[in-house]
Amino acid sequence: MSAAQVFFYLFSTVMIGSAFMVIAARNPVHSVLFLILAFVNAAGLFLILGAEFLAMLLVIVYVGAVAVLFLFVVMMLDVDFAELKQGFLQYLPVGSLIGAVVLIELVLVLSSWSASSASVGAAGAPTPSDVSNTLAIGRVLYTKYVYFFQAAGLVLLTAMIGAIVLTLRHKPDVKRQVIADQNERDKSDVKLQKVPSRAGV
Amino acid sequence: MDIGLNQYLIVAAMLFTLGVLGIILNRKNIIVILMSIELILLSVNINLVAFSTFLGDLTGQIFSLLILTVAAAEAAIGLAVLVTYFRNRGSIAVEDINVMKG
Repeated sequence: MSAAQVFFYLFSTVMIGSAFMVIAARNPVHSVLFLILAFVNAAGLFLILGAEFLAMLLVIVYVGAVAVLFLFVVMMLDVDFAELKQGFLQYLPVGSLIGAVVLIELVLVLSSWSASSASVGAAGAPTPSDVSNTLAIGRVLYTKYVYFFQAAGLVLLTAMIGAIVLTLRHKPDVKRQVIADQNERDKSDVKLQKVPSRAGV
Repeated sequence: MDIGLNQYLIVAAMLFTLGVLGIILNRKNIIVILMSIELILLSVNINLVAFSTFLGDLTGQIFSLLILTVAAAEAAIGLAVLVTYFRNRGSIAVEDINVMKG
């Protein structure tokens, strides 16, 4: 077996195993940690496929931001997770039946499917040999797909505004500066006091 | 056995199935449901990158990039809704979540 095959089987086995643990772990903190493991192994698969930029993006954006966001929420919410786990065994028979059917169908379709020899022959490398993967992605992302790029930015902006609007709340007993009230104040309300030097009020 | 497109597609199919199974099994725990959705999106990404490599077209990787964006936005909004819901009701049980209907 070549190194690429060894690493393919290593990464995919660990990824599938940790994905299983994500849904089977009792403690959601463990679920999030297994999710991180699955993402790191998927990044390894991307590296084998030659998509270095996406692999690094997966590690930075997913492990660094999204998974840590999950971790924060899981640890901040004080939830009785044992109670939430109750229905697990009840749904297990029908769930595994559906899962088995979906998996068997997908594997049957995919293992018998193959690209036509003409298309395989016509396909070149996705990344031209003289440039890096990141440069190749940049060349098309900012030219041919620039509208998609802008739309992605818009999606992120919407998500940011939405998350802030949803979670921001003003506590009633916290004093805030209200500039209109300050400007409205009459001079007669203000008591001016002369403070003698070195004597205090 | 040489690693071809089919191997990657089958791995992605297994990951997708585990994601669907997670949604079915953890019907009460919305945090695990959100994580299962992340798994499903990851399997889609693996499919797109595998096709991009084996068919020699960079578009798959661009699409994968966009899916990463949407998944991050979805996780942020989902967790924000979850935090607000927990603040209002003190639990995250999904069964009585239909009180959110206006």
